[in-house]
Amino acid sequence: MDIYREEILENWQNPQNFGKMSAADLVIEQINPLCGDEVTFFFKIKKGKIDKVSFTGSGCAISIASASLLSSAIFGKKVSVISRITGQDVLGLIGGSVAPARLKCAFLALEAIKRIEARVKS
Amino acid sequence: MNGKPLVYLDNAATSQKPRQVLEAMDDYWRKHNANVHRGIHTLSVEATERLEDARKKVADFVGVKDAREIVFVRNATEAINLVAYSWGRLNIGRGDEIVLTVAEHHSNFVVWQQLALENGAVLKIVPVDENGEIDLAAFKKALTKKTKLVTFFHVSNVLGTVNDVHRLSGIVHRKAPRAVVVVDGAQAVPHMPVNIDSIGCDFYVFTGHKMLGPTGIGVLWGRREFLEAMPPFLFGGEMISKVSLGRSSWNELPWKFEAGTPNIAGAIGLGAAVDYLTALGMGNVRKHEMELTEYALKQLGKIDDVIIYGSKDSEKRGGVIAFNVGPVHAHDVASILDSEGIAIRSGHHCAQPLMEFLGIESAARASFYIYNTKEEVDKFIAGIDKVVKVFKLRSTDYSLRSTAVVSSQ
Repeated sequence: MDIYREEILENWQNPQNFGKMSAADLVIEQINPLCGDEVTFFFKIKKGKIDKVSFTGSGCAISIASASLLSSAIFGKKVSVISRITGQDVLGLIGGSVAPARLKCAFLALEAIKRIEARVKS
Repeated sequence: MNGKPLVYLDNAATSQKPRQVLEAMDDYWRKHNANVHRGIHTLSVEATERLEDARKKVADFVGVKDAREIVFVRNATEAINLVAYSWGRLNIGRGDEIVLTVAEHHSNFVVWQQLALENGAVLKIVPVDENGEIDLAAFKKALTKKTKLVTFFHVSNVLGTVNDVHRLSGIVHRKAPRAVVVVDGAQAVPHMPVNIDSIGCDFYVFTGHKMLGPTGIGVLWGRREFLEAMPPFLFGGEMISKVSLGRSSWNELPWKFEAGTPNIAGAIGLGAAVDYLTALGMGNVRKHEMELTEYALKQLGKIDDVIIYGSKDSEKRGGVIAFNVGPVHAHDVASILDSEGIAIRSGHHCAQPLMEFLGIESAARASFYIYNTKEEVDKFIAGIDKVVKVFKLRSTDYSLRSTAVVSSQ
């Protein structure tokens, strides 16, 4: 399984930006109904940009590593560009082929953060 | 699978199908295909005979004397829904109590939860111990004069626990005289001798595809007096006796509950599966699975990182082993095994209340059947060793993650 590379395992074992954020501007939860895994993203937003981001959650190595890598990738980015991130971008980030049955795991974090723009507007 | 010989250990989800089952269905489609119970022509008579013959085979297989108590449905889920919609809606009202266990499959949990919400009934959930065995004191305590329905699994789809359904049914009838007993036998009938008439329950459900049969055919058994008194679940053709503009009357059992053209090929396939299992002998099937389970439990137990759920006693469990490998998520375990050609299940196993109760989010599950071998168990164990290796469980401290906190102020 080439997906279980050092970088993925490292991001699973010791994820970046992992933890709750008190006084977050925005909290987005996402559940994978297939397995019940869940991820919660916390954001602080300043001038339309992501000023701080963290996440908590429980899940498999693929879902936690993709949340970890995504959280780093979006740091400092404009809220408006988040919804343009694609599944392909995520696969690029985690850098490996993911079996079809595991795409839901890889995209759990993406599903969560893609809702950010709508939530900021509302 | 993935360039490796398939080791299929996901039998609690569905079984593989023997040639005899496929051929019986193929023979029906090619040579006897017609609608049943209404045609005068020979082909229709042949199809009807084959369908009813399958019903008789199934009845004999599970120790039911009266084949008219065997209702063909789509699956165990539909059988449970039939009982809920037909018997439950009429007989379970405000303040009545439904008793079930925390270890039920969602199909035997959500149905009753929703009926309780709809009719204002009370859902009483009985805990199980870490081996999946029902807390008998709590079970007895939950039974009252208000109890209208009690349901429990025969064999747990997660922990493999085998319930003493005879004893439990007896307890219900003594302590809650107005209650009917519904047994979920989906994981029992494929794997061990079952004699429904002797259990003392009122309804028993199981499904064909877990016992070498095709998907889309399941069985509801009900005590005749209940089935006679119950209104139909679905209306339409096949289930009527006479239709006039203002009213209709219903066909006899079991056809009253089999509206529309039934799954004829499915029933014939199930009949062939029953023949196959009967020839093997269900006692032998059980013995084979117990040997495999015992061996797998022993081998798995040697791997330090593996946590096994449920009883360590193969007498008390079916051929199902739920486990986790250290902190590795069950999906990752399943993916690595998949790359070795080994099919197992991972996730919550449609039993979220039980997972919550056990305090785990997910588990991996290996489940055995007649065609599995010790050599396959060895490959499975080698696969688990690979999981340990890929995740470097021996050399990595995974305690860090749970304490990681981001400073965000």
